[in-house]
Amino acid sequence: MTLTRAGAKVRARSARARSARARSDSGRPRLAARLASRLSSGVVQLVLLLIGVLWLIPTLGLFVSSLRTPVDISGSGWWTALAHPSQLTLSDYVNLFHDQGMMQSLWNTVLITVPATVGVVVLASLAAYAFAWIDFRGRDWLFVAVIGLLVVPVQVALIPVAKMYKYTHLFGSITGVVLFHIGFGLPFAIFLLRNFFAGIPRELLEAARMEGGTEWVIFRKVVVPLGMPAIASLAIFQFLWVWNDMLVALVFSDTSTQPLTVELQGQMRQFGSNIDILAPGAFLSLVIPLIVFFSFQRYFVQGLMAGSMKG
Amino acid sequence: MDTPAAAAPGPGEPPDSPVPGRQPGSAASATPTEPAVTEPARTGPAPTGPAGPGKAGSSRPKPDQPRPSRPKPGRLRPAKLRPSSQGALHIPLRVRFGFLTPAVVILLAIIGWPILFSIWLSLRNADGSSFVGLHNYVSIFTDPSTLTALRNNVIWLVTAPTLACALGLVFAVLAERVKWSTAFKIVIFMPMAISFLAAGVIFELVYQADPNIGVANAVVVGVHDVFAPASHYPNAQPRSTLGYRSDKAGYTSPDSYTAGSVATVPLTGYSVLDLPKSAAQAVTAKPVPGEITGTVWLDLVYGGGGSPGRIDPGKKGTPGITVDALSGTTVVAHATAGADGTFALSGLRPGTSYHLALPASDFSQPYAGLSWLGPDLVTPAIIVAYLWIWAGFAMVLIAAGLSGIPRELQEAAKVDGASDFQIFRKITIPLLAPVLLVVLVTLAINVLKIFDLVYIIAPGSTLPTANVLAVQMWSVSFGGAQNQGLGSAIGVFLYLLVLPAMYVNIRRIRRERRES
Repeated sequence: MTLTRAGAKVRARSARARSARARSDSGRPRLAARLASRLSSGVVQLVLLLIGVLWLIPTLGLFVSSLRTPVDISGSGWWTALAHPSQLTLSDYVNLFHDQGMMQSLWNTVLITVPATVGVVVLASLAAYAFAWIDFRGRDWLFVAVIGLLVVPVQVALIPVAKMYKYTHLFGSITGVVLFHIGFGLPFAIFLLRNFFAGIPRELLEAARMEGGTEWVIFRKVVVPLGMPAIASLAIFQFLWVWNDMLVALVFSDTSTQPLTVELQGQMRQFGSNIDILAPGAFLSLVIPLIVFFSFQRYFVQGLMAGSMKG
Repeated sequence: MDTPAAAAPGPGEPPDSPVPGRQPGSAASATPTEPAVTEPARTGPAPTGPAGPGKAGSSRPKPDQPRPSRPKPGRLRPAKLRPSSQGALHIPLRVRFGFLTPAVVILLAIIGWPILFSIWLSLRNADGSSFVGLHNYVSIFTDPSTLTALRNNVIWLVTAPTLACALGLVFAVLAERVKWSTAFKIVIFMPMAISFLAAGVIFELVYQADPNIGVANAVVVGVHDVFAPASHYPNAQPRSTLGYRSDKAGYTSPDSYTAGSVATVPLTGYSVLDLPKSAAQAVTAKPVPGEITGTVWLDLVYGGGGSPGRIDPGKKGTPGITVDALSGTTVVAHATAGADGTFALSGLRPGTSYHLALPASDFSQPYAGLSWLGPDLVTPAIIVAYLWIWAGFAMVLIAAGLSGIPRELQEAAKVDGASDFQIFRKITIPLLAPVLLVVLVTLAINVLKIFDLVYIIAPGSTLPTANVLAVQMWSVSFGGAQNQGLGSAIGVFLYLLVLPAMYVNIRRIRRERRES
């Protein structure tokens, strides 16, 4: 885990700093200073602990609420359940899993997210390889154009694409939503992968070419395996982006193809009356990204850093 | 178009021109420093620098699928172009374009062409049937709801990125000083992974108006009640048949009492079940010379029974109620009822008659906290939710930047006697400036396009007050109005707003490129 490693570095560094300080202190005992630094470190720990708790409380609230009956939710604060764990029940989740609409929309989310992720990864890898290792006229201008698309807000394309989808009967279909996600995922994906692919040592490619590999073989056997870290990073990022999206699906899907976010959003309009569906539904929608996040944290952070240009 | 690339070694690709993205290393790394957190070396940037240029000469033509071994433009100075090799290098058109075509087609269909179409639509009326010039753009600045959205976007833009950045900075700096910084960072960073929708539901719960449900108001009310304790008996009142006068100050008894007499104050309008646990069976007070004694009780028996105004078995006192003795309008004595409802007003002059008063604070409504999602607070409340999500992003990038600052500088300053704060102000911050800029710009782009969070958290009644451009764009073009002209204009306007941020980013990429 990267963060762990960062932590180790930081620790090593502060140890160095400490020894440096000790050296400068040698000669004059500065007990007071040492005490003060101990004390302030205690204060820092306490402050960080409070912040951490503060940061966890909202999610904890949702989680605990999702384990309470609707009557309890509207009757008392979720924190009271912490004192009476016996109140907690899985009944909301049972109801959720028997809710046709919810299950359909969960399935839709999968149907949208998987192809949109795979599509972006495949198309962007191909294009990034071309941008990095195949020469053709106008290549760099084309690449700059792709970079220029990096920050285009989704809003500018919603209406025209909606019109186009109506014309081609893609409106309301999962394909339409997927295509739109692929389109808006591509600039960042190409940008990220091209930069990575360009770093592959030239000799490797030359050697492969020498041995008679076609571009396609080189791409499959050399570039993709070597580019895996970047591809993984991209895939996770794209997965989360599509899974968490609401706006695109809100515009392009209809009631039979809408993903979980849109379905929940519809339920929210009547917040309170169906909090028993909303709370577990929202938790369900966030638990999968969280699993992805914790499993692939390193790639996630990488993608995030590289993506700090994208809005 | 099938020109062998080798024959055209550079048209369209001025060598080393400072075009963004040319430099493989620069762009992908947001900061020059992330190794500590991200191991960017694996993601790309780092290895590129050295790998590219030096290897140019080694390229060779291969028998099959010849490829122009021209070095990658932009990473090589033209002088280094190796002896332009062996003519016949040439990749079939279908191969070259097979790689690119799918992506380019989709990009053109989903982004490229729609931008142009949007611009065209933005110059036309609601259904696109006639040309209206810049009318839609004028509307952005004149239409009241769009103007509100614009104003809110400005508020967002000024506050959210700065605050997120400040929080991220503080978190990153503090986290450097504890051993469990990893755990801390994960906790702060976690909200990044979840959807705005889930975050919206989470904060809708947090901001519930009822302090018994919403944690924000629970805290506010808790703090408030420490300083101004709530009354235990909201809505209770003396039995109305007794003729107590009621005004803003509270209730005043119609009868007057002298020292030594015994008063009865039966209350109604309150549920027996809500009585404090300490409440005990009410008893009739004993007369005490020089004092007015009496009983305040809840004149109801649980389950029914008893007669009004009488202290029957089952009726309980109302501990904590304040009873004042009034002479004219001045309070001359003050007592609090005990568990059985009895009170004793002492220090009275014999022979004088007093009225009893129950001050309004006995019956005041409990403090209900703030209306977070009401018109006044809704935007700040949503910004807080945004900070909850994005402070982690700022923190991770800044922490990576911090780890790249040469430690020696800070240690040297320390040896020279600089305080922690001075080091932070004079060394850390200036060295971090590039990273802070990246974070600010990224968040600014992000904030301009904010949609989900506002749309989800703001309840229907205050959505107009919390409006932002992206939400407005959605509402005018899809949420009912179907005004595609105005919708497109807002979309294009958003794009224009984002462009300067892109410019800053491109400049940064160029600079990093030059430095590397």
